[in-house]
Amino acid sequence: MAEKVGVYVCHCGSNIAGMVDVEAVAKWAGANVKNVAISKDYKFMCSSLGQQMIEDDIKKEGLTRIVVAACSPHLHEKTFRRACQNAGLNPYLCQLTNVREHVSWVAKDKAAATEKVKSLVSAAVARVTHQEPLEKMFVKVNPRTLVIGGGIAGLQATLELADAGYPVTLIEREPSIGGHMAQFDKTFPTLDCSACILTPKMSEVGQHENVTLHTYAELEEVSGSVGNFKVKIRLKAKMVDAEKCTGCGICIEKCPKKVLDTVFEAGMGNRKAIYTPFPQAVPRIPVIDTENCTYFTQGKCKVCAKVCPTEAVDYEQKDEIIEIEVGNIIMATGWKLFDCERIPQYQYKRLDNVYTNMEFERLCNAAGPTNGKIVMRDGKTEPKSIAIIHCVGSRDANFNPYCSGVCCMAALKFGHLVLEKTNAEVYSFYIDMRAPMKDYEEFYQRLLTEGMHFVRGKVAEVNNAARNEREGGKLIVQYEDTLLGKQKRMPFDMVILMGAIEPQADAKELGLKCGISCSMAGWYTERHPKLDPVATMTDGIFVAGACQGPKDIPASVAQGAAAAARVAGMITKGTVMIEPIVASIDEEGCSGCKICNTMCPYNAIEFDEEKSVSRVITALCKGCGTCVAACPAGVITGAHFNNRQIYSEIEGILWDAQPAEVASG
Amino acid sequence: MSEATATSAKTKGKLAIYWAASCGGCEISILAIDEKILDVGNAFDIVMFPCGADGKVRDVEQMPDGAIDVCLFNGGIRTSEQEYMAQLMRRKSKVLVAFGSCASEGCIPGLGNMSDRKQIFDTVYKEGSSTYPVNPKDERPQAETKMPEGTLHLPIFYDTLKTLDQTVDVDYYLPGCPPEAENIWKAIVAILEGKLPPKGSTIGVNTTVCDECKRTRHEKKIKKFHRTWQIIPNEEECLLEQGLLCCGLATRAGCGSLCPQVNSPCIGCHGPNDGVEDFGARLMSAMASVIDSNDPEEIDGIIKDGIPDPVGTFYRFSLAKSLLRRKNKAAIAN
Ligand SMILES: Cc1cc2nc3c(=O)[nH]c(=O)nc-3n(C[C@H](O)[C@H](O)[C@H](O)COP(=O)(O)OP(=O)(O)OC[C@H]3O[C@@H](n4cnc5c(N)ncnc54)[C@H](O)[C@@H]3O)c2cc1C
Ligand code: SF4
Ligand code: SF4
Ligand code: SF4
Ligand code: SF4
Repeated sequence: MAEKVGVYVCHCGSNIAGMVDVEAVAKWAGANVKNVAISKDYKFMCSSLGQQMIEDDIKKEGLTRIVVAACSPHLHEKTFRRACQNAGLNPYLCQLTNVREHVSWVAKDKAAATEKVKSLVSAAVARVTHQEPLEKMFVKVNPRTLVIGGGIAGLQATLELADAGYPVTLIEREPSIGGHMAQFDKTFPTLDCSACILTPKMSEVGQHENVTLHTYAELEEVSGSVGNFKVKIRLKAKMVDAEKCTGCGICIEKCPKKVLDTVFEAGMGNRKAIYTPFPQAVPRIPVIDTENCTYFTQGKCKVCAKVCPTEAVDYEQKDEIIEIEVGNIIMATGWKLFDCERIPQYQYKRLDNVYTNMEFERLCNAAGPTNGKIVMRDGKTEPKSIAIIHCVGSRDANFNPYCSGVCCMAALKFGHLVLEKTNAEVYSFYIDMRAPMKDYEEFYQRLLTEGMHFVRGKVAEVNNAARNEREGGKLIVQYEDTLLGKQKRMPFDMVILMGAIEPQADAKELGLKCGISCSMAGWYTERHPKLDPVATMTDGIFVAGACQGPKDIPASVAQGAAAAARVAGMITKGTVMIEPIVASIDEEGCSGCKICNTMCPYNAIEFDEEKSVSRVITALCKGCGTCVAACPAGVITGAHFNNRQIYSEIEGILWDAQPAEVASG
Repeated sequence: MSEATATSAKTKGKLAIYWAASCGGCEISILAIDEKILDVGNAFDIVMFPCGADGKVRDVEQMPDGAIDVCLFNGGIRTSEQEYMAQLMRRKSKVLVAFGSCASEGCIPGLGNMSDRKQIFDTVYKEGSSTYPVNPKDERPQAETKMPEGTLHLPIFYDTLKTLDQTVDVDYYLPGCPPEAENIWKAIVAILEGKLPPKGSTIGVNTTVCDECKRTRHEKKIKKFHRTWQIIPNEEECLLEQGLLCCGLATRAGCGSLCPQVNSPCIGCHGPNDGVEDFGARLMSAMASVIDSNDPEEIDGIIKDGIPDPVGTFYRFSLAKSLLRRKNKAAIAN
């Protein structure tokens, strides 16, 4: 039976029509491309009128295949497949060819762009005539969710799901949940006490009947796919038996070994070799830092074991790998601080009283190493003047081009705390004051009236080379005041560097394990930057909080809740559709050579020892095509991407190519 | 089918066996069906078989079109004469079978597609150690040579070797270099009984040599490829897992895994499975999948040391039929 293909070329307003002669393409396809029965152009194919047009044509003209030349399949493949389905045509007999991102947005020459679109349309028509109807497949959704990262975003997601009655496993790699927020004293712009709003959430998570919490734990491996992931988790050896430990803390008190705490205290304070990061830690079970513990390094001590009333200390404990099954995964792994030593001219670690923002957070924290007293490195002198340098490693072509989004507000918060607690003068050296969110601008106005000084300009360097008595023993900040257009210098007692928020060092690696990608900078890529900010390209994997991009606490919480809502929706529905675009093996032809078995990135191929053949587990297959290409016998077929479809697509693209001169004479 | 059926076939059919650019092994393998050749003789009049029986081209030319029931054609098409014969046999035969690797895929003569006529003639008539001293004037074969007695004609030697199906329409393929006697007999029986698969099929099974190979195998990870003369492999394990580049993975079964059985890797003479357009590309992607390294430099090393002649290894039998077909002529000229 001859196929009747309908071709629809979209203007996308002027997005496509501005660079491509869409009418000419539609006319050309109607007149010249084999099997095309109808060919039209339309302003917005994705609009309800556009979709209706396809549906009507299928019904009235008996179209058997549809080609839409428009935007990326990521955006509207589903839309047009749905339109076909509504009209009774199998959705997989529809082909969307991308002439926006791939042509109009990148082309400069209208004539050439139009020719390219002709080729793409010709390819899509050639391919679509070989496409086969496929039936959608459904799998059950495991109601358990894995949340990775116990910062505020992860905590919010966990609680939303747990409160809705669904089981959640939360893994956190530090000994306690809480994330960065646990390190802060106050939170901008409202200045509420960070611990007061965070710790209730932490203990709720710790005690929730629907939450299984694993701290000191990291993700090893993920297999499977949406609805049915299999996850391997490494429980790092705490050397303390969680069943026996009551969290009394006597071991910590008695441990003779002090260690500089570079994580929670940001290097501003000490902890013991057996420790919880902070007193309100959840869970309250301490861990032994084996790299520093005297018993582990020198073979003797065991004080903690001696003092523990419940004999919970266990030096023989080993890392344990557990395997769980979950339906969805929410990644909420947050951010890490820019290494301020990378900008040598700011002299961090070279000059004593240069601090990072996180060090200062600990310094002014009532529960911090100085009990919130703002003093210099000598531990007693109160600074008389403080400079806060913005954008350290942010908005800087040498480091990170992006704006960290929260540093301006954190600087204002610091300004407020300094003015509240000391008599010091405080100066902010900013490039632009960024205050776009709710109550941010008001907070800025408040600090202006509170007496914080603002200098618009980038600081060139910090040094201690005094030129006069006034500068003697001080930190000299060399800067350009861009409002005055002048190079200037000013002496300070203390300098705070507002280091950038950066992606976690292992963000890419972890993303790879879960099958999601990162932006160039290393932030997890959401499915759509505007319309789908917490889903990812991999079904069943969601992102929340600062791992997706720099953001403040309210936005992190909102994303945590949003991700949870998406997951809850899937659990309530009970099943999820998976693409029928999967590989299948012709068992007759399979020689059992075992080439494909190790190839599948989703572990979807099993080997049947008895019959000596390989088999694809359909529910796990993502249709990536790796095995299809690898099978030397050529007996694996990728549905929707079989040889005939691909060759005809190539032939279609080369519609105007001259046949190559085949050997003569 | 029983031999009785073959013998009692009422009217005898007409069979032709022809050769073009090939080594002659295919005709020998036809004779290797032993006493069954008598059954063939009973069932068919052999009208053309240059190697084994009489039969003249002009006799065939005079037959009506389609007069021959089956023609087994071996060899690729390298010269104008072979091209003419391919067209003639096509016209005169109801069923044309590309017999063996050369006719089907080009085989060893097809590796000549890495060169062109000039290079080949240079090698043979100028640089060849046996020809150089006897050809001081650097004479080359000419299509026409005028002599006092008249003009002499030789077939034109083409730049490119073509497979039979790149020259004329082919009905069936029989794989192998050469095809095994047993498979030839099965094909003849199928023809006699009219139980032929759809036109265009390769007569044989559709799985690969590994399927017939008795060696034990595991998931493959290869750190080093050895050449056959470098190691003596053990007789139990998969040869590929021992580092010998065995083509059995990608090669159509049917030979009973002849080569691995005698401790030698399959070199791929049976060509690819159904639906595989490019044997070499298939095999290469399989090999790419088993090399056990993620370091580009190490991978380069493994390939350079172990596979010094990639075309001769991956396309030993199939270059002419591959998507590549031949080395770009401009590249040869430079
Ligand atoms: C100096 C400074 C001050 C700030 N002050 C404020 C403020 O006052 N108000 C405000 O709204 N915002 C403030 N912010 C922003 C705030 O820090 C973030 O919005 C917030 O921390 C984001 O929360 P999160 O849960 O996404 O990430 P995080 O707080 O970074 O939490 C991530 C958690 O995931 C864990 N984790 C990471 N990787 C893994 C892994 N592989 N496996 C398991 N666990 C993992 C981490 O250990 C951590 O516990 C400030 C930022 C800075 C730099
Ligand atoms: S196409 Fe093959 S390799 Fe890819 S997911 Fe499916 S089974 Fe695995
Ligand atoms: S690669 Fe192909 S022939 Fe080998 S085991 Fe897998 S499916 Fe079978
Ligand atoms: S690769 Fe070769 S040796 Fe290994 S199983 Fe296949 S045919 Fe046998
Ligand atoms: S094992 Fe390979 S090379 Fe040897 S006869 Fe069989 S197909 Fe040909």
